[in-house]
Amino acid sequence: MKQHNFRTSLRRLKRYQMLFLLMVPGMAYLIINNYIPMIGILIAFKDYGSATWLFGGDWVGFKNFEFLFKTSDAWVITRNTLLYNGAFIVLNTVLGIAFAIFLNEVRHRFFSRFYQGVILMPFLISMVIVAYIVMAFLNVENGYLNKHILPMLGMETINWYGEPKYWPYILMIVNTWKSIGYGSVLFLAAIIGIDSEYYEAAVLDGATKWQQIRKITIPLIMPTITILTILSVGRIFYSDFGLFYQVPLNSGPLQPTTDVIDTYVYRSLITLGDVGMSSAAGLYQSVVGLVLVLFTNYIVRKKDKDQAIF
Amino acid sequence: MKSNQMNQKVLHLLFILMTCASLVPLLLVFSASFTDEKSLVTNGYTFWPSEWSLGAYRYLFHSSTSILHSYSISLFVTIVGTAVGVLISSMLAYPLSRKDMPLRNLFSFLVFFTMLFNGGLVTTYLVYTNLLEIKNTIWALMIPGLLTNGFFILIFRTFFTMGIPKEVVESAYMDGASEVKIFFRIVLPLSLPVIATIGLMQSINYWNDWFNGLIYVTKPNLFTLQNLLNRMMSDIQFLQTTNLGTSSALSGIQFPTGTLRMAMAVVGLLPIMLAYPFFQRYLVKGLTLGAVKG
Repeated sequence: MKQHNFRTSLRRLKRYQMLFLLMVPGMAYLIINNYIPMIGILIAFKDYGSATWLFGGDWVGFKNFEFLFKTSDAWVITRNTLLYNGAFIVLNTVLGIAFAIFLNEVRHRFFSRFYQGVILMPFLISMVIVAYIVMAFLNVENGYLNKHILPMLGMETINWYGEPKYWPYILMIVNTWKSIGYGSVLFLAAIIGIDSEYYEAAVLDGATKWQQIRKITIPLIMPTITILTILSVGRIFYSDFGLFYQVPLNSGPLQPTTDVIDTYVYRSLITLGDVGMSSAAGLYQSVVGLVLVLFTNYIVRKKDKDQAIF
Repeated sequence: MKSNQMNQKVLHLLFILMTCASLVPLLLVFSASFTDEKSLVTNGYTFWPSEWSLGAYRYLFHSSTSILHSYSISLFVTIVGTAVGVLISSMLAYPLSRKDMPLRNLFSFLVFFTMLFNGGLVTTYLVYTNLLEIKNTIWALMIPGLLTNGFFILIFRTFFTMGIPKEVVESAYMDGASEVKIFFRIVLPLSLPVIATIGLMQSINYWNDWFNGLIYVTKPNLFTLQNLLNRMMSDIQFLQTTNLGTSSALSGIQFPTGTLRMAMAVVGLLPIMLAYPFFQRYLVKGLTLGAVKG
């Protein structure tokens, strides 16, 4: 039986060798771009200084991790990453749903498309340019806030790029500005898919708009909300590097509130050339990230099998 | 019937406010770029300059070599990267969409797993710099973003599974067409909508990418527009000091530090803003595709 199976699959392989051929460039790319780096992650357990390439170096066990977790850095970057991304998930979901519902209510098709287009526009702007825009507002000497708004309110000017305490708010505003359109597009697609009969029946029963939203719209777009939330919780350890690197202009004094795992890894690697430290932080990120995806998916699967991703 | 509709006036008011919130920041940059440099220093950034000036643009125009050069690098990387990326992803996705493909689940998993776990910046950096040695080559701007991760491949796979009738493929095979020929002659032409959508998203990614340039490129003559902008943020004199930018016509003009930055930002924004109305529909479709389970 086993022999037979083997032979048929060999015959099948022959017919499909052309299809395998099609896959070669893509798979080769994934091996180089994804799988070799995955194996290379073991350098987190090595002293890289003595080697010149990926698979060299002496094994040092958990020494790099000891260094990383001995400093207060590990705590600060973990806290910042989790708090920011947690806040972003909540803001983007709630506002995304709200504006999707509002867009869906605009009766004139032209206007709803126009509004959607405009609020989606910031999504297309690269973070480098976003940093320029933010600087026009926050520049210490002649930025719009220091030169016009704060004097108007009778307040002292603020050294924005030197005061960490304002940055959680600034980054939340910038992130919301940039991604609210994206969220509303996703949820709007789900809302449009809802059968209008539900609403017609609800109206006949005298349901108010608010009741319809709560009892029909939200429950019916729940699968989309769940999937998007799993995906973002799974990525909660990964930050939008550009937001945290470009927008604060890589300013040192701001690091207590703007440094996240991604910027830390980048700085340790590129600026400080500390492969050990940065690879330890990177591995920490990858492993916790993987555990988080599996865990959230597991929870969802337990509650409702159909809504889990895998 | 009326009670079933939200108040349209309130809705429009809300969205007009949202429109302003989305656009006003851009307006500030735009008007600053047309402000006289001295006026920008004394009066600060304003939505309506007290003294208009084309000084920054004049300077950009005269030192245009480096900007035009960066533009062409960005354009080249975007076009070639998108074309190759779309080709490779669709070639990988098609066999995975075929239910009769041997080892289909294994390969699908290998693609999917890249979305769950990755080696991170450090090892990827080491692979590209030590193994492939692409530092300071044009490939550094193109290769790391080629497939980004399994995401686009899975979108392609879903489309091929749903959108390509099995009978068409099977009958072409019976007529003696090879699987490769079927893919290029039948499957791809039937998939133009998804190719356009993913191609668009891929090109936006390439056009806006500054990260690969930041970590892999130090030579100014390989800077994309985004990298040039990025560099000018920390080093505004960069345009002046790089030999690409020097031009004898500039010696008499005072260097407009603040407004020049904003003019550069406008120059970087313009192509995408101008093209946006034409591709908005595809973009919305592409973003939604990504959220579909598959």
